Amino acid sequence: MNSKTDSAKAHGCCSGGDKTSTANEAVDTKTQTRQVSSEAGEIQLNIQGASCASCVTKIETALKQVAGVTGAEMNFAQRTVLINGNASPSELVGAVEEAGYNATLANADSDEAAIEEKEQADWAYYKKLMRHMVIALSLGVPLMIYGLVTGEMSVNTTTERIVWLIIGLMTLGVMVFSGRHFYVGAWNSFKNHSANMDTLIALGTGTAWLYSMTVVFFPGYVPEMARHVYFEATAMIIGLINLGLALEIKARGKTSEAIKRLIGLQAKTARVIRDGDDIDIPIEDVLLNDLIRVRPGERISVDGVVVEGQTSIDESMLTGEPMPIEKRKDDEVVAGTINKSGSIVFRAERVGKDTALAQIINMVKRAQNSKPPIGRLADVISAYFVPVVMIIAVMSALAWLNFGPAPEVAFAIVSATTVLIIACPCALGLATPMSVMVGVGKAAEAGVLIRNGEALQSASKITTMVLDKTGTITEGAPKVTDVVIASDHNQDDVLSLAASLESGSEHPLAMAIVESAKETGVPIHSVTDFESIAGKGVAATLNSQRLLFGNEKLMKEKSIELHHYVDKAQRLAAEAKTPMYFAIDSKLVAVIAVADPIKSDSIDAINRLQHNGIRVVMLTGDNRMTAKAVARKAGIVDYVAEVMPEDKANKVLELQREGEIVGMTGDGINDAPALAHANVGFAIGTGTDVAIESADITLMRGSLHGLADAIAVSKATLRNIKQNLFGAFIYNVAGIPFAAGVFYPFLGLLLSPVIAGAAMAFSSLTVVTNANRLRLFKAKEH
Amino acid sequence: MMWINLIGLVVIGLIVWWFWLYQTKSTEVRDGSIEVRVKDGVYQPANITVPANESVQLMFYREDATPCAETLLIPELEISETLVLNKRVMVTIPPKKAGRYPFHCQMQMYRGTLVIK
Repeated sequence: MNSKTDSAKAHGCCSGGDKTSTANEAVDTKTQTRQVSSEAGEIQLNIQGASCASCVTKIETALKQVAGVTGAEMNFAQRTVLINGNASPSELVGAVEEAGYNATLANADSDEAAIEEKEQADWAYYKKLMRHMVIALSLGVPLMIYGLVTGEMSVNTTTERIVWLIIGLMTLGVMVFSGRHFYVGAWNSFKNHSANMDTLIALGTGTAWLYSMTVVFFPGYVPEMARHVYFEATAMIIGLINLGLALEIKARGKTSEAIKRLIGLQAKTARVIRDGDDIDIPIEDVLLNDLIRVRPGERISVDGVVVEGQTSIDESMLTGEPMPIEKRKDDEVVAGTINKSGSIVFRAERVGKDTALAQIINMVKRAQNSKPPIGRLADVISAYFVPVVMIIAVMSALAWLNFGPAPEVAFAIVSATTVLIIACPCALGLATPMSVMVGVGKAAEAGVLIRNGEALQSASKITTMVLDKTGTITEGAPKVTDVVIASDHNQDDVLSLAASLESGSEHPLAMAIVESAKETGVPIHSVTDFESIAGKGVAATLNSQRLLFGNEKLMKEKSIELHHYVDKAQRLAAEAKTPMYFAIDSKLVAVIAVADPIKSDSIDAINRLQHNGIRVVMLTGDNRMTAKAVARKAGIVDYVAEVMPEDKANKVLELQREGEIVGMTGDGINDAPALAHANVGFAIGTGTDVAIESADITLMRGSLHGLADAIAVSKATLRNIKQNLFGAFIYNVAGIPFAAGVFYPFLGLLLSPVIAGAAMAFSSLTVVTNANRLRLFKAKEH
Repeated sequence: MMWINLIGLVVIGLIVWWFWLYQTKSTEVRDGSIEVRVKDGVYQPANITVPANESVQLMFYREDATPCAETLLIPELEISETLVLNKRVMVTIPPKKAGRYPFHCQMQMYRGTLVIK
């Protein structure tokens, strides 16, 4: 359809009506592509043209007839309809249109379109502010120069009164044209019993102008020395504040670069195979289980599983992992990553807002808007700030009137105006959020997802990092290295029986044994009475034989004689292998050792943490010998072996009691309590399986360098926030008394309202600029 | 001079009363939703009363291009939403216990209160 020729028309109920309208336009132009819904499988549409209650049934019925829709419920008051099921938005919109109404997706902007729209709106606003600035300064600057050169801004003769009256009216024009938003905003918030920056600007410039006009109209009522006009101050302040706001918009645009980059990773279309043909469709129309073809160089559109072909995929944009990852049948692919070499077909498993990328974007956005506790004081101050400044302005005027030198009135007006103008609640309010915005974005670029401001602040203070061994320090994919026979069974039999027993367990060690059995080609039987003994091992029955597999503790508990095999096991453990005992009917038959190699960069990363003054503690359920061997290899002095899952949390609490700020890193479900108790819980994701909600900080790649990166970026952000807060506090704490004239009796110094206006306008700009410095931050890998 | 001082003190008193002590009127939400306009430096309405333990929807409509107005925060409900200029953005308030939940922009220049009772 031709979207340009159609326009949105709401039409009466039950009247049929214009079907070539907003609805398809919204979808077809691809500007409105994302449905915002609170739960999986929900789509919300805004309905136009429904004007009577009978439309409700008609629309609901039409929607329920769409394949895949399980429910449709319309809220007539809001003219919205909530649809459950698995159907494409354009089909739903089409169905509503068929019924004779118009529909658009609720909150339907794609992230990208929203950003584009925002940039356009910001640009338009920037230009408007610059226009306002030019108009205001073209009056203010000549007036100020005149005042500086001649020193004559007073009203004594009739001619001077007429000239100043004209200039006063011109200033009023500037106030109306360039400063309207301040006055309207001030008045509106005043009516709401609240006060904001507009209030201060409006009061400051208004006072200066009113006083000047009083001097022009009634010079007789003002002492001769005080017959000074401040039109230049009014015009200059309005011009400078507009300039400051304009520059702030520019600077703010840069703070959201990271999220823009993430949003840019989303593909716009997908090549779906339907009825044997490849067709390009917008990604929001991709349904679960669609087969999607991806050629070399193309972006993966949604999350899924490879069903055909083989390729390597660059996941660096999400995980920070520079090496492309090989993918073949049954491997997962993630939206936003780039297919490098081969052509593949994958089945869509997560679409829309459920893809890992969409969740990451969502999380980064939320985190960017959250505040660390350090910003709370500034919030409390902001809440009382403006009325307090107004009171200070009144008190300062009274002080000048009572105790000031002549002309008291002029001094009182200047000081009150300057106090109102110099006070800047914005710098205070912006100090924390701007840095968080940049810091969280910067972390996301390095593959570190920080959940909120609190996690960011805690991470910057970590003194001890607790690491789980398996899957965190090591690869987490152990392999069988040794099978020591302790009976008359042969090796294949032992492996077959052990694998049969372990096939019911999901423990990494169990999987290594099953994997080894499969590789060797020995049979795996099904067992009965399977029993998992937490932290110790497993047991099951096969052909009326009781099989038992586990650690020394378990064997001792079951009174199984281990003989000299304990020494053998210890020797294996000393080689960083994990020896396990296998017994049949309470008799030891073998010692099976499994080893889990240390990740290639774990040693470096641990070294980096220690170098940064962080104590590293390793926890493992493994035996002492293995733990010791791994710890020694990884350069860790503190380690605790044979830890039961629940003891991990206790260890974290114990460290906290010692006064440590503890970070805990783990990947398994059994680490959950420890992660929750730690000051900061780190989850290690692999890019494809993002456990976003489970931890304070999620590392998108398996490398422990992510920990040091997260801590480094948190520290840099907190430092930046502190600089901003300090700057904003000092600015206000020093600026307001200075403006009130506290230094006048000692130094003879009184601030000009124009300087105050400039200082105020640039104070918030300084905060944003300082936050932008964080963009240059680079985590060093050493 | 005494009069001027007196006027000054009255002004200070009025500031305290108007901005801090005055009990503002609150708009009640009916039918489960309400539109909040973001315009000319304020939320309109800024004080909203919501029934306890019921989910309501606040439909924010931002007409103010000032960048401050862009972010809406309801810190106690852990809600943060980007308000797109000239677009309606729906914010769902989950059922909550009675209490006062302030909402504001990033710089706290736009302020409002959600009164749940």
